[in-house]
Amino acid sequence: MIRTLSMIVDGKEFSFSAGKTILAVCRENNIFVPTLCHDKRLLPHGGCRLCLVEIKGVPKPLASCTTPAENGMVVTTSNAHLTRLRKTVLELLLSNHPNDCMTCEATGDCLLQELAYQFGIRPGKYRGAMWGLPLRQDNPFITFDPNKCVVCGRCVRICNEVVMAGTLTMTKRGFNAMPNTAYGKPRSLENCEFCGQCVSSCPTGALTDTKSRGKGRYSELTRVRTTCSYCGTGCSFFLNVKDGKVVKVTSDYDGPVNQGNLCIKGRYGYDFIHSEERIKTPLIRNTDGFREVGWDEALQLVADKFKEAIAAHGPDSAGAFSSSRCTNEENYLLSKWVRCAIGSNNVDNCARV
Amino acid sequence: MAGLATSLGAGAATNSLAQIPELDTIFLFGSNPTEAHPVVSLYLKKALQNGARLVVADPRKTWMAARADVWLNLKPGKNIALLNGMINVILERGWENKVFIEARTEQFGELRNKVAQYDLERVQGITGVEGDKIVEAARIYSQAGKSMIIYGLGVTEHRSGTENAMAIANLALVCGHIGRPSTGIMALRGQNNVQGASDLGPLPATFPGYQPVADPANRKKFESEWKVPLTDRTGLKSVEMLDECVKGSFKALFILGEDPAQTDPDIGHIRKALENVDFLVVQDIFPTETTRYADVILPGASFAEKDGTFTNGERRVQRVRKAIEPLAGMAEWEVMCRISTLMGYPMSYEHPSYIMDEIARLVPAYGGIHYHRLENGGLQWPCPTDDHPGTTTLYTDLFSRPGGKAQFVALDQQESGETTDDDYPITLITGRIREHYNNGSMTSRSLGISELVPEEMVEINPLDAERLGIEHQQWVNITSRRGTISVKAKVTDRSEPGSVFMTFHHRDALTNLLTSSHRDPITGTPEYKVTAVRIEAGGAVLN
Repeated sequence: MIRTLSMIVDGKEFSFSAGKTILAVCRENNIFVPTLCHDKRLLPHGGCRLCLVEIKGVPKPLASCTTPAENGMVVTTSNAHLTRLRKTVLELLLSNHPNDCMTCEATGDCLLQELAYQFGIRPGKYRGAMWGLPLRQDNPFITFDPNKCVVCGRCVRICNEVVMAGTLTMTKRGFNAMPNTAYGKPRSLENCEFCGQCVSSCPTGALTDTKSRGKGRYSELTRVRTTCSYCGTGCSFFLNVKDGKVVKVTSDYDGPVNQGNLCIKGRYGYDFIHSEERIKTPLIRNTDGFREVGWDEALQLVADKFKEAIAAHGPDSAGAFSSSRCTNEENYLLSKWVRCAIGSNNVDNCARV
Repeated sequence: MAGLATSLGAGAATNSLAQIPELDTIFLFGSNPTEAHPVVSLYLKKALQNGARLVVADPRKTWMAARADVWLNLKPGKNIALLNGMINVILERGWENKVFIEARTEQFGELRNKVAQYDLERVQGITGVEGDKIVEAARIYSQAGKSMIIYGLGVTEHRSGTENAMAIANLALVCGHIGRPSTGIMALRGQNNVQGASDLGPLPATFPGYQPVADPANRKKFESEWKVPLTDRTGLKSVEMLDECVKGSFKALFILGEDPAQTDPDIGHIRKALENVDFLVVQDIFPTETTRYADVILPGASFAEKDGTFTNGERRVQRVRKAIEPLAGMAEWEVMCRISTLMGYPMSYEHPSYIMDEIARLVPAYGGIHYHRLENGGLQWPCPTDDHPGTTTLYTDLFSRPGGKAQFVALDQQESGETTDDDYPITLITGRIREHYNNGSMTSRSLGISELVPEEMVEINPLDAERLGIEHQQWVNITSRRGTISVKAKVTDRSEPGSVFMTFHHRDALTNLLTSSHRDPITGTPEYKVTAVRIEAGGAVLN
């Protein structure tokens, strides 16, 4: 029998199953606890100290993301003391941050910006050294602006814990700590899979998708959840659309198959959609190649030619190959068309690759 | 998929991907998920971090093979001998699950007699794998608690592909490793909707839902929904249609979204067929090798331009949602309806969701699948009724065969269609790499990907390279019994001596000029994994 465990959070009782952290119990019950370094795809880290909570009987606040929930705990997630601690953390982070949200790629989709707003932080409380490092765009997909890094380690951890690619590691110490590639080498296929998992986990504008930069920010984009059209894994993600164009793919962290994880093809293999080489109109062969025609003419010709073949040689002389790239509905309809309109069963998947 | 259907009842993976991290033992067979299914590989990596043991059967030293507890580096195509050998070891040592075999399977006697012919010495001779490794792999797998066999196209893309899948089912059944969460057989599908395209009907012998056209009851059911008399004549498989095209007896062919002139093996034969057919319609999003032969080319809509569903490798039906309008004005389902209507069989749907409702009326496993139920993560079939939650694990009580029992199938190792000889001494294996996809029509047009991997390369073992005087990055000519192509060499120990590896992603190096037309006679799946070739250092020649 599973024992029922329960704890009190902000005066209310919640039951939970064993093995959860305090943060997980809070998130399950829609109790807001701020975090920067947490990503549910990763192991608990306890780096950013924003998720500190008070626990009755414990002298100091503890990070809720690394503290296991225990039966009978009494937890406070928000009070004046905790707010002061959280504000200090955010003020320190902003003291070494460009604070250029008005031109930042991540505006509207930035946890740091969101939390600063929520806690009413104004830049400038603490003054001190700023990094002032150059923007890194040493590969086709991933832009790194180190000045916007909050050193939460999410990129490093997703690269090592989840992808096991080992592209990124935390280098140096203290003020100079920074995620980087080995020897600071540019990203290439020798050291990176270009899955963009690091970008998907970054809570700020430090890591962004190079191909989408300047093509629209969060509030301008419409996000349409869909299923990837490459391999048979069935990852879901959001197509980000602006002015009728797909400009970016972003993670669907609730995807049942992939939880926001994607590979290079799923995340970056989308520009074929608007390729200049797309076939844009029906084409009919003539003596010197193909001529562009309207749908009506092309479809009439197709219907007539199939009818001719059936009339002259019988329904078994015509058929169709279907595609495992197409949707279920299209495959169903193609098969229905062959069986009902042609009158044969000559319909098959093409190559089974 | 015919293999698993014969053994277990349904041609589909038995479990769910999200169950993988719970595994204590992984048996990866003929699959390279870090390249071909990267997100599946993340689940496997999680299982490894949780302490799972790993057995890999693969002729190439893949990422997973390099990290395996046991790597069974078999020669290409020797799958059945290896699996029979493992089963024999298990039975000899009494590691089988006798209770499961007794309660849930039939024809065990035939299997036992057959595998008894595969003693270690013989299996070692056929497969090239050391006997000790076979015993250790058999021990690890048979004594696992939660274990899946995860297999890929290295199993199915052989002349005996269907039988290979049955041999995998034999092994799982002998150990009783099927029918529980995190315990079963996962087949990793190459294309996004292989499962759905098989489930929903474009097959010559069955209506949607694998319902045989030869059965009068099935015809009656479809006739009453489709309101037209249906023929009981089994249709032609795609290979047979192409053969009839070559003979001149096939007159009109519609190819939807496929590129057989690049991705099929022995494309010389395909080209002849496509040239010969009187009227060829090809619908695709890009000009391909195949559209060159078309009489009419119709523009396709990409997945971003239409509503619909895909069914993934774990039987999960998920929504595809229209993000932008079809660039050419119409999606495939609309085109199909209009052609059919012009031919005198009216078809019209307001929205693809009505097509799925019709499917639900006709296909029992999809009976409870409707768009409004797919908003949060989709549903895994079988989902027979509107209140059914879908099925994460198959066969927890019964197998979907008559009598509810799974069937052992006694199998023999067969020669591949292609064998090496003095003129063609090296085995070419074809497959995929992470960055590209199939004929490359999508990935090579995606900014960045084409820059990262601009060209085809052949992976060759350092020993072979030295023997043939080939250096890294040097141009080589690869010749099979059908043709020659030129590519650059990549010297790497990912290839074992005696075998080389290439992809088929690049239009300027048509790997499938080399591959043979040998196919699995049951499914028609081409033998992409075994082609006899010779390799010579040389300059570039015209492909």
